[in-house]
Amino acid sequence: MKTINQEEVQKYIDQFANEPVYIHLETTNGAYAKHFDKTAHNVGAYIRNAQIKYERGKIIKSDDFDTYRVGLKTGGWVYAEGLTDYEFNDEGQLLLAGHDQQGRLMVALQISPKPFRM
Amino acid sequence: MDYSQHKHVVIIYPHPDDESFGTSGTILNFREAGVPVTYLCGTLGEMGRNMGSPFFANRETLPEIRKQELIDACNVLDMNLEMLGYRDKTVEFESRDDIAQRLKQFIVDLGATLVITFYPPYAVHPDHNAMGAAAFEAVKGIEPENRPELWATAIINNRNEVLGEPDIVVDTESVFEKKLEAIKAHRSQAEGMLSKMRESSDFIGEYESALQRLQFESFYRIDVDELDE
Ligand SMILES: [Zn+2]
Repeated sequence: MKTINQEEVQKYIDQFANEPVYIHLETTNGAYAKHFDKTAHNVGAYIRNAQIKYERGKIIKSDDFDTYRVGLKTGGWVYAEGLTDYEFNDEGQLLLAGHDQQGRLMVALQISPKPFRM
Repeated sequence: MDYSQHKHVVIIYPHPDDESFGTSGTILNFREAGVPVTYLCGTLGEMGRNMGSPFFANRETLPEIRKQELIDACNVLDMNLEMLGYRDKTVEFESRDDIAQRLKQFIVDLGATLVITFYPPYAVHPDHNAMGAAAFEAVKGIEPENRPELWATAIINNRNEVLGEPDIVVDTESVFEKKLEAIKAHRSQAEGMLSKMRESSDFIGEYESALQRLQFESFYRIDVDELDE
């Protein structure tokens, strides 16, 4: 993956608009958050291979950091923040992820024309 | 301990790297004594957060990368490998009975005289606890006269308060070079830990610092008839 290029990513987001796509959406602070910090608790959610269709999608740069937010307008909304890196892979999938200083994944939003591998 | 008294050791954990961090020294001791060891690895750690440091994997490439790392580590440890094909973070939502049935079949077919797994619910990660619970159930499902020994790994911080001193403590110093090699085979997962270790104030060299942290592997001996439930 490489650092997000806003225009590039916007182009890919536009490309998937108004057609059925599969998404992977995830956020986590890790399975050991509480193990290392008693006051923390483990938080995570993910959805893989939900099919959606969005009429408009947008990537926006945050004001203070080099992170990005993405919103996809469906009948409802799909939203992710803290995104830092992207890749458009050989399978035609747009992968967006937010990594911390140690390179650990904290959030991911991925869009694919076909189901993600299980 | 006389490692050669065992005929076959079966390791049951959910993630690639569980075996190397927690049990590889013990595995190496069994292998040196000529005892075959088989790892039943539940998942490919598909949902892992560590992507390498600096990161080189992504959510979609991670499974293949971790699969190769697992194969490499098992080669270092000279251990057989069976990948069970469950998915990271979801083991607890599968049918425990079904998993236990599969595990039991492996244990019986391999003629295991010792099974090593996680100690539920003292193993922190939900997959660890679910895999351990299924392994306990599998062993319990074998008629007492054919039952293998069962050792379990607890990793909660206050394990000694809750469970008492571990029954078995293995000193891995004599095989530690290989243990470190097995850990490093899990490049995507180990790099973060190793670089954190290098930056810590008490760092005294990679081998020495790793030895300080990972020299001893400890297990609780489980009698499945004594478990409540
Ligand atoms: Zn694990």
